[in-house]
Amino acid sequence: MTSFDDFIASKSSLIDEDRGAIPVVLSTRIRLARNMSDYPFPGWAKKSQRRDILTSCQGAIQDLPQMKHSSIFNVDELSALEQQVLVERHLISRELCEGAEGAGVVISRDQSCSIMINEEDHMRIQVLSNGFNFKRVWKQIDTMDSAIENQLNYAFSEDLGYLTACPTNVGTGMRASVMLHLPGLVLSGQMEKVVRAVNQLGMAVRGLFGEGSDATGSVFQISNQQTLGQSEEEILKRLSSVLSAIIEQEENARQRLLESESVKLLDKIGRAYGVLQNSHFLSSSEAMNLLSLIRLAIDLTMLPEDRRTTVDRLFLESQPGHVQLVAHKSMESETRDTLRASLLREQFQSFPPLKFSALDRSKS
Amino acid sequence: MGESLHCTMCGKPATVHLTQIIGNQVQKLDLCDACAHQKGVTDPQGFSLNDLLTKHLAADLGPALEPVDEEGLICESCGCDVGQMRESGRLGCSHCYERFKPLVKSILKRIHGKTVHCGKVAHKSLGNSSFSKSLKDLEASLHSAIEEERYEDAARYRDEIEDLKTQTAELSS
Repeated sequence: MTSFDDFIASKSSLIDEDRGAIPVVLSTRIRLARNMSDYPFPGWAKKSQRRDILTSCQGAIQDLPQMKHSSIFNVDELSALEQQVLVERHLISRELCEGAEGAGVVISRDQSCSIMINEEDHMRIQVLSNGFNFKRVWKQIDTMDSAIENQLNYAFSEDLGYLTACPTNVGTGMRASVMLHLPGLVLSGQMEKVVRAVNQLGMAVRGLFGEGSDATGSVFQISNQQTLGQSEEEILKRLSSVLSAIIEQEENARQRLLESESVKLLDKIGRAYGVLQNSHFLSSSEAMNLLSLIRLAIDLTMLPEDRRTTVDRLFLESQPGHVQLVAHKSMESETRDTLRASLLREQFQSFPPLKFSALDRSKS
Repeated sequence: MGESLHCTMCGKPATVHLTQIIGNQVQKLDLCDACAHQKGVTDPQGFSLNDLLTKHLAADLGPALEPVDEEGLICESCGCDVGQMRESGRLGCSHCYERFKPLVKSILKRIHGKTVHCGKVAHKSLGNSSFSKSLKDLEASLHSAIEEERYEDAARYRDEIEDLKTQTAELSS
C-alpha cells in the first residue's frame, strides 16, 4: 500500500505537464477489459476468490517495467474523500468504490496508467494522455497488456476474443474515448444534433464523468460502443474519423458565432473572466462553465496559449473532491463553494487581461 | 480558425460550413448563402449529417435475431443460470460463454452486429491448439515456397516454425 499523501504530492503527467494542451481535445483514453480464465468474474466470485484475484493481479502488474514505483491502493483502505479524488482524476470508477472485497487499483508513477482490479472485470487496464493521441496510447496499452498476459492466463476464445463479465465488452475488450471541449456547438444549440448523429454511427457521447453525468463546461466524452467484429486499429480509425468530423463542426460553429453573434460571445467571455477574478461563492458546475469560456478565449487567441494547461488543471481542481483535498478535510457544499471561489480568485489575479482586439484581426 | 472561408462553388465569403462523413471519409464544404440555397442546404444552422449517416448505417445492420430457448440451463463451472444472466445482464464466468453459446451469440449479434472476434489474439492464453494450427499453416507455406523457389520466403518460414516449436516446448514444460 502506498500513502495517499505521497501519491498526491507526486507529479501527474496529465495535470502538471506544460505541453500537450490543444484546442478542442482535452484528453485521450483507452481501456481494456481483461479476465483470468481460472476465476469467476468479480460480480459472481466469492469473497475469498476476489481476494485471490487481487493478489494474482497485483503480483503480475507489479513486475511490469512500466509499473515501476507505482502506487497500490486497496479501495476499502481509502477514505471517501480519497476515493473521490481518484474518481475525479479518472483513475478509478465509481463502480470500483462500490465493490466490496478485494477492490483495488495500481497507478503508474506518472499517473498516466491505472489498472483497476475487481471492478466489473478482473482487470480494467487504462492509459490516459493529453491531447489527441490514439496511436501512442494504443501502443503503450498494447505492450502492457501483452506483458501482463505473459504472467496470467487470460480468458480468451478464438471465436469471441477476450471474454468479459458483460457481453457489451466482449471481443477486443477495448473502449477508446476522447474528451472534447465543444462550447461552439453548445452555444449555438447544435449539440443535440451532433449527439444523435454520433449515436447513429455506433459511438457514445457522455458528460465528463461518464454514464449519466451532465455536460457542464461543454465537456463531452466520445467513445466506441462496438467491441466485437472489428480489430482495435479499425475501431480507432473509425472513431478518429468521427472525432475529426466533430472537431470540424466545432470549428465551424465557432466561426459562425464570431460572424453573427460576436458581441454576445465576447460578452460571455468577458463576464466569465470578471466572475472568476472577483466572485466569492462558486459551485463546481458554475466554475466549469466559466472556465470553459476562458478555454475558448485562449483558443481564440484572446489569452496566451500557455494558459490552456492552467485552465485544464483548474477544471480538475474545481471538482468537489479536489477542493476538499486542499483544505485537508471534508466540507459542506457551501464552505466548498466559498473556498473554490477564493482559489480561483487567487489564480485569476495573475491572469493577463483579455485581448478583445485579437478577434478584430482574425475577422479581417 | 481565424481566417475567413470562401464559398467552394463561387468564391464569395462563405456563411454555411458543412462537414460530411461518407463511409470513413470526411469532406468539408464552405458555401455562400446563394449557393447553399441552390444546393438545397436551406438550414444554415444545421447540417445534413443525419441523412447521410442513415444511409451509411442501413448497410451495416444484419438480419433480425432468431429466438433462442434455453431456460433452465446452468453453467457447471460457476453455478450461474440463464435466468440470473438475463436479470443481471452479466455472465458468471468465462465458461458461461461456451455453456450458453446460442443465447450469448444472439445477444452479441444484437449488441455488436457481429459474432466473431477479429483483433488482438492472446496467443499464450489460447494455448497449444492454435499453435499446432498455425504450425500446419506455416509448414504448408514453407512447402509451397520451396516448390516455387522463393528461398528468402522459405528461410523466413523455417525460422518462424523453429520459433513456434520453441515457444510450444517452453509452454508445455
